[in-house]
Amino acid sequence: MPSSVPADIPNTAGTALPAAAPRSSGLSLLASELRVLFGRRRTWALLLALAAIPVLIAVAVKVSSAVPPGRGPAFLDRITQNGLFVAFTAMLVSVPLFMPLTVGVVAGDTIAGEASLGTLRYLLVAPAGRVRLLLVKYAGALAFCIVAPLTVGLAGAAIGAALFPVGPVTLLSGGVVQPSEAALRIVLIAAYLAVSLAGLSAIGLFLSTLTVVPVGAMAATVVVSVVSQVADQLPQLEWLHPWLFSHYWLGFGDMLRQPLAWDSFASNAILQAGYVAVFGALAYGRFVTKDILS
Amino acid sequence: MNSGLAIETRGLSKHFGRQAAVDHVDLAVPHGTVFGFLGPNGSGKTTTIRMLLGLAAASEGTVNLLGQEMPGKLHDVLPRVGALVEGPAFYPFLSGTANLHRLDSASPHTIPATRRRRVQQALERVGLEHAAGKRVHAYSLGMKQRLGIANALLSPRDLLVLDEPTNGLDPQGTREVRNLVRSLAHEGTTVFVSSHLLAEVDQMCTHAAVMSAGKLVAQGPLAELRQAGSTRLRLVTPDAGAARQVLAGLGMVPDPPQAEPGQGEPAQPDGGTILAALPSGAPSPAVLPEDVVAHLVQAGVRVRGFAVERESLEDRFVALTGEGFDVAQ
Repeated sequence: MPSSVPADIPNTAGTALPAAAPRSSGLSLLASELRVLFGRRRTWALLLALAAIPVLIAVAVKVSSAVPPGRGPAFLDRITQNGLFVAFTAMLVSVPLFMPLTVGVVAGDTIAGEASLGTLRYLLVAPAGRVRLLLVKYAGALAFCIVAPLTVGLAGAAIGAALFPVGPVTLLSGGVVQPSEAALRIVLIAAYLAVSLAGLSAIGLFLSTLTVVPVGAMAATVVVSVVSQVADQLPQLEWLHPWLFSHYWLGFGDMLRQPLAWDSFASNAILQAGYVAVFGALAYGRFVTKDILS
Repeated sequence: MNSGLAIETRGLSKHFGRQAAVDHVDLAVPHGTVFGFLGPNGSGKTTTIRMLLGLAAASEGTVNLLGQEMPGKLHDVLPRVGALVEGPAFYPFLSGTANLHRLDSASPHTIPATRRRRVQQALERVGLEHAAGKRVHAYSLGMKQRLGIANALLSPRDLLVLDEPTNGLDPQGTREVRNLVRSLAHEGTTVFVSSHLLAEVDQMCTHAAVMSAGKLVAQGPLAELRQAGSTRLRLVTPDAGAARQVLAGLGMVPDPPQAEPGQGEPAQPDGGTILAALPSGAPSPAVLPEDVVAHLVQAGVRVRGFAVERESLEDRFVALTGEGFDVAQ
């Protein structure tokens, strides 16, 4: 009685081999990617280096005499009164170079790193699927973009609280918030920076599909971020400024206003989404047709 | 839908710039065979394998793997194919077990619930269970090679593509791989082994194909390939001059006089060893070795030694691919 056969029995006419098994979701590979990324020593070294920035700032302020107001990076003069400002200062200081540097290492390594190890061919023969692998690799880079600013912010808050008094924080708009609210603002800034780095990660992913030398893709990604920031400083290129992916990188001051101003967050997110779309498409176009000869 | 071939390529070609790395290759690998894919370094074996597995796109021609077109049906075919391509490659900072877990989870077709057990079994099958927890960084080449084979065996496979599987293995390991391949073939898996080592193919394969400079120059059952080679006779006589005349009269072309092994000077023109290919029917009529001896004796040639030598697979290989260390261009 054929009608009683459940429809979901796999067709085993050919063989009873894995091909007949239902396809599981792609989460297995994503979990594996995150385990490998955050399990390897290099990632830890990058995060430790980022965490060292607030520690360095806090210790320097602690051992030196009071910082005269208006000198050094923004917020620096406020640290002695409120340790939470270590987090804000450190995030501000690390945005132009240190964060793009670490993101460049991770994003530039995505495909080129696998290619140079030779594991790319085994992932593809598994078969991981080229589009799926690209998506998982980008997701891994994004995860790092989330963790990196959080590391700076949380390490800053921790060392600031350890070395300085913690109290209500005076925001840029003049309002005062409790330390718990200030901690939330630190997380918000980290989110802002994570979004800011999404475009650079997509550029790194694309550059990574072009080469089998990961260091090349890493360096190129970092250079691109520096060039973008330099171009953003040149008045002659003013027409270009709103299109540069680094244009809103330092705009996270809006997260320190009361009430919260979301304008720069939204403009930044739209701009980054554009970069992700363009360079994601380029990476896709390059990677799905690429001959894997490494 | 199934032509009975595990691997079938038609006119498969790959050009790098102007150069054809693989030039109109028509491979036919029957199901259930252990198929040796022979050729000197640079003859296009690995490029062919890359195209079989969908890693590189063919410039021309088609590939059918297990009856399905590649790379179109890649996601249906590759879960049934285990592969070792151009040497093992792993994450040096992960352990052997972690590496296999990683590569197994790369495929959406594998079942996570059985992963631990399958990894364990694969490691046992290649004798790596004791080094499973060590980082691959600390592995020897032979151990990596074993891990690469273990990776190919993580799931039950219909086809195994092994590119130089015994590279870097000690004689013990080589024998183990040979036994492993035999037992896999016994279970019904088709094994496609590339190698530049003739002895290896000779000992483990049922079929073979020979590549030379990007072209497929021979393929078929091993026994047939051997037979396609010529048979030659070795004659030792003091009357070399007369013997040559007799052989020439029978339509044979004796080799020019050669230095005898162990002797510094060329042999005397009137004595020594003569080598000649025995015509097998075409172009000259077939000659039986016993008739040759009868003719020699009738002509008064004194025969000290007479032997019929079948060309070894190695001779055949050299005849097909050319001699020397020159990498094929």
